[in-house]
Amino acid sequence: MYISTFHLMPHRELPDDFEKRYKSIWVTAPFHELADAKRVGQFYNWTLDELIAAAKAGSDGVCTNEHHQNAYGFMPNPNVMGSVLARATQGLNCALVQLGASLPGTQPPTRIAEEYAMIDSISGGRLVAGMPLGTPMDMNICYGIPPIEQRERYREAHDLILKAWTSREVFPWNGKYFQLGAVNVWPRPIQQPHPPVWIPGSGSTSTFAYTAEHDYCYCFLSYFGYKSVSKPVRDKYWESCEKAGRDLNPYRMGFLQLVGVSETDEQAEKDYAKHVEYFYHKCLHVPPEWLGIPGHQDYRSLVNAFRNPAMASNFSKLKEKRFKDFMEDRFVVCGSPATVRDQLKDLCQSLRVGNLMVLLHMGSMPHDLTLKNIDLFFREVAPALRPMWEDEWENRWWPETLRRQTPKGVAA
Amino acid sequence: MAGNVAQANAEGGGRMSGVVDRRASVWQNKISANVKVAGSGSPLLFLHGAGGLVWDGFLDTLALRHTVYAPEHPGITEGDPDAISHLDNLWDLVLYYFDLLDELGLKSVPIVGHSFGGMMAAELAAANPERVSKLILMCPIGLWRDDAPIPNWMIVTPASDLPKYLFCDPEGPIAKQVFGAPDPETQIKMIWCMACTGKFIWPIPDKGLKKRIHRIKAPTMVLWGEQDRLVPPVYAEEFARRIPGSRVEMLDQTGHVLTLEQPARVAALIEEFVGPA
Repeated sequence: MYISTFHLMPHRELPDDFEKRYKSIWVTAPFHELADAKRVGQFYNWTLDELIAAAKAGSDGVCTNEHHQNAYGFMPNPNVMGSVLARATQGLNCALVQLGASLPGTQPPTRIAEEYAMIDSISGGRLVAGMPLGTPMDMNICYGIPPIEQRERYREAHDLILKAWTSREVFPWNGKYFQLGAVNVWPRPIQQPHPPVWIPGSGSTSTFAYTAEHDYCYCFLSYFGYKSVSKPVRDKYWESCEKAGRDLNPYRMGFLQLVGVSETDEQAEKDYAKHVEYFYHKCLHVPPEWLGIPGHQDYRSLVNAFRNPAMASNFSKLKEKRFKDFMEDRFVVCGSPATVRDQLKDLCQSLRVGNLMVLLHMGSMPHDLTLKNIDLFFREVAPALRPMWEDEWENRWWPETLRRQTPKGVAA
Repeated sequence: MAGNVAQANAEGGGRMSGVVDRRASVWQNKISANVKVAGSGSPLLFLHGAGGLVWDGFLDTLALRHTVYAPEHPGITEGDPDAISHLDNLWDLVLYYFDLLDELGLKSVPIVGHSFGGMMAAELAAANPERVSKLILMCPIGLWRDDAPIPNWMIVTPASDLPKYLFCDPEGPIAKQVFGAPDPETQIKMIWCMACTGKFIWPIPDKGLKKRIHRIKAPTMVLWGEQDRLVPPVYAEEFARRIPGSRVEMLDQTGHVLTLEQPARVAALIEEFVGPA
């Protein structure tokens, strides 16, 4: 098992009545009413310090991602954060999981090939190249990409980036969305032929198939825990892998989980309850219709979503739930080290997850509590999870120099 | 944006029999266009809005005196959602329609366009004035004023507000019929039609018509609902002043979906304007 620490870099101090006063945390939340630039600078520095602390505590990777015009997580360019982290984790066995720069909204996409190659260079080959499609709020509303073009642009950008990394010749790119006369990016990644590719998603069937077809790692970014998505993942993702003729290597599957560890279960509730509620009530305060802008899903995913409305119904019920409900439905895994270990083992077994990502900072959590969570998690929880899968499978989606061992007797 | 007329019409029942789906292979045979055709008399082309196409009482009335051709926007035809991927931009879509007119044998034809379809009708009339004999624009999009922004209907929040933008009486029976309790299949159809039309107008429905609109030669009538809260009636004036000799008809007690709200009045105005069959 490889365990990475994810951070969203949210606004930690939204007013108590935020979700009543404002329509959305995304797109329209007014910066000047809600934030102070200097204080925001403090948030960025805490975020970096927390990820660096996780790396020092033994996190196998640190993850950043891209979102725009929001207080939910505002790293408009995750590579700005990633480059700081690459430098600050020099000498540690820690991957830079850029999960990452959104492909459809970066013009031209060779910009991502360049920035990722820079991070791979600075870090000595420790980059994991995340290739996100981007949310509808980010790509369609904030960045103006026509929803129906988003996936096609994504696929073209992906092909261009891979070719830009691997081609030995200068080449012209005559695409539908991007035209470049002479592609010859500098620098190139250290990892050859290219860094491992992860594709984050929230359950679109077309992304499952795309990931399996390209032999990448799929990262399920579910805030609704593993119980509610286990069936679609089991039935659709692993089925897509089999259809594409892939093995069942659990490292093909990443999963993001909100986690809070304390000394005891009772203490965990005291420590995390209000921050978990802040996360679900405020940070996910988005009009549900923005998650389903016409065209953002291709036709088949649209039809599938209508026939399996679980995600949408989860989303619309968030405001009714309290900490105990989030615990019970396993949206969050909180408790003593033993409780968290057991639940995470169950999660990784039931979904067949080899690349676990933990969100150890949730919503309004202050810096000190986050550091405590990081410390307890990597001291008391992570060691018990690490041996999972290691005897049987190799994490082919991890920087080669950071892989712990090659499993015995099984073809990688 | 024409609202979800599918629901209203599914319940309308008893419509004109003899509406046929005619297929035309166009665009290097990559798209099999579906055109609903009915009636007899001189031809008339109807271009639907972003909510989709269903043959309704309004089209029935037009079909009493004309052969009405109502093509489905590429991508929305049942069983062929990927057709839309063959048209990259507005230029492609305009030329696609001329392909389609060729295939239908329509050398010069009156075009009635509603909302998104109105923008397309204006684009066709500007691109090739000889192919459009009369132009009827029903609350078209395509122009933009910063002081009268057109709400993006694909992201209206909350979604339950959509009837307020579309109907003169958002609580009335027509609004209820359209948005009452749509089944999943109807919703999928409407969402996909918005997706396929949105391709050509996202995120702001101003794709340069203002630079081309002066080329329109066809006698033009602009119809607008006074209570249109989606595309405000100030745009009637914008279209009228850019199309020389055009005539504006404002309809009171009417919102954006004027073909459902005032089908008889709208059809009568069109018949009178287009002239004898």
